Amino acid sequence: MASDQSGGHIVKSYDDELKHLNNTIIEMGGLTEAQTEAAIQAFINRDVDLAYRIIDDDDRIDELNYEVDNQAMRLLALRQPMAFDLRNVVAALKISADLERIADYATNIARRTVPLSEAPTIRPVHVIPRMGRLVMRMMKNVIDAYIEQDAEKAVSVWHADEEVDEMYVSLFRELLTYMMEDTKHITPCTHVLFIAKNIERMGDHVTNVCETIYFLVHGTRLRENRERKTQSDRLLTDIEPEE
Amino acid sequence: MPKDQDISVAQVPRHVPEKDAMDAASQAQKSKMSTRNLNVFYDDKQALFDIDLDVPERAVTALIGPSGCGKSTFLRCLNRMNDTIEGCRVSGSVTIDGRDIYDRSLDVVELRQRVGMVFQKPNPFPKSIYDNVAYGPRIHGMAADRGELQDIVMESLEKAGLLDEVKDRLHEPGTGLSGGQQQRLCIARAIAVSPEIILMDEPCSALDPIATAHIEELIDELRENFTIVIVTHNMQQAARVSQRTAFFHLGYLVEVGDTADIFTSPQDERTQGYITGRYG
Repeated sequence: MASDQSGGHIVKSYDDELKHLNNTIIEMGGLTEAQTEAAIQAFINRDVDLAYRIIDDDDRIDELNYEVDNQAMRLLALRQPMAFDLRNVVAALKISADLERIADYATNIARRTVPLSEAPTIRPVHVIPRMGRLVMRMMKNVIDAYIEQDAEKAVSVWHADEEVDEMYVSLFRELLTYMMEDTKHITPCTHVLFIAKNIERMGDHVTNVCETIYFLVHGTRLRENRERKTQSDRLLTDIEPEE
Repeated sequence: MPKDQDISVAQVPRHVPEKDAMDAASQAQKSKMSTRNLNVFYDDKQALFDIDLDVPERAVTALIGPSGCGKSTFLRCLNRMNDTIEGCRVSGSVTIDGRDIYDRSLDVVELRQRVGMVFQKPNPFPKSIYDNVAYGPRIHGMAADRGELQDIVMESLEKAGLLDEVKDRLHEPGTGLSGGQQQRLCIARAIAVSPEIILMDEPCSALDPIATAHIEELIDELRENFTIVIVTHNMQQAARVSQRTAFFHLGYLVEVGDTADIFTSPQDERTQGYITGRYG
């Protein structure tokens, strides 16, 4: 992770500890991205073996999350970080929690892939890989923004989430019509809907990470306004409460 | 200037967000003391450059910075302790409640009654605990009789959080107390003359963590009634006890702001470098 400081700490081991913390986050980010990609693949290819592997591999991310907690706690206790360093440690805690949650969503997708692999295919499924690709690109960019401490990049990723939300809303409507058409569609459509919802939530957690990076760099809160809710958005919020 | 002159931070034009910060602060809190264009020279050597700082009333202002940055010099200007140093010259203004303390007509003894000081090493007089505290009120003629003097002494010891520990041995020598107790005795001595402002020059640097915690707790209580300016090398201490923090570097006031802001999001990279323990 690039440092925004002109030099390292006078106490070199402090630098090493902060670097180790940042690297753990980057590793977590890479693994989470890979888990998400694998989950989408398993879904597309109806690959149950891969799905089970994803479920098993989630432990590794949970472990890293635990490691980040430990390292951060140690740094807070032993180094009493200040200013940028303090924000760095707090940001690591927050980002690892978001990444851990994103990985959980990938696992959820893998879990649904198992029963879905036995159900008949439904047409709106093609939106899932597109949504997945979008979220994966966001994840890749947000990790880059973290490594480069690039708040601007984080803000642009933050905006990209709008598209994910829009895709989710339109998929939701499409699935509703399918379910109304034939009750046999209800089970697979519900699974697909939940998967889409999981991907949409991943996007939300990526935006949290964006906000954390912005705070890390600037020390202030990111204040951006999303465009006003579209009509379809309102339709959606009539049916389910906003998260 | 001592060793830190080799610090490779360019003497860029001073960045002092003081104006904006103080506009906000002055709305919230009245300034007790202010300095404007304060310059201090030791012979030819300039130790402070154009310091504009406002000290809010009934709050703790911490002065931080590396050794030789001028923070102690600045503190000593606030009660004219620099007057006693040969070759020391002060220009600019230092005001308390709007009145310039370097005004010729001002009585320095009266000034030092209004602006008390606590030093790095506890320095009780070689007298009894009681007399240490009674000394100031006596010379300032603050008590009409013995009863009144006794009241002042007891009240001061109480405020300094020391009374319970010494009430049975008030006539034993002050030098027989522990370091932390001696420092609280010095604080009791300082507050006995009812100052408005208390200056503290690293009051805890000679104390253990427990004694330090007692002093910090005391500082927090004292700010209800006094305006406190504290110089400290311990940044955690500055963060814990103060509401405002001013960072000095190479004789300049680099940055001043609310303590929480200075320690989480300082605006100047020199402040950041110092408080995070980095120097290139």
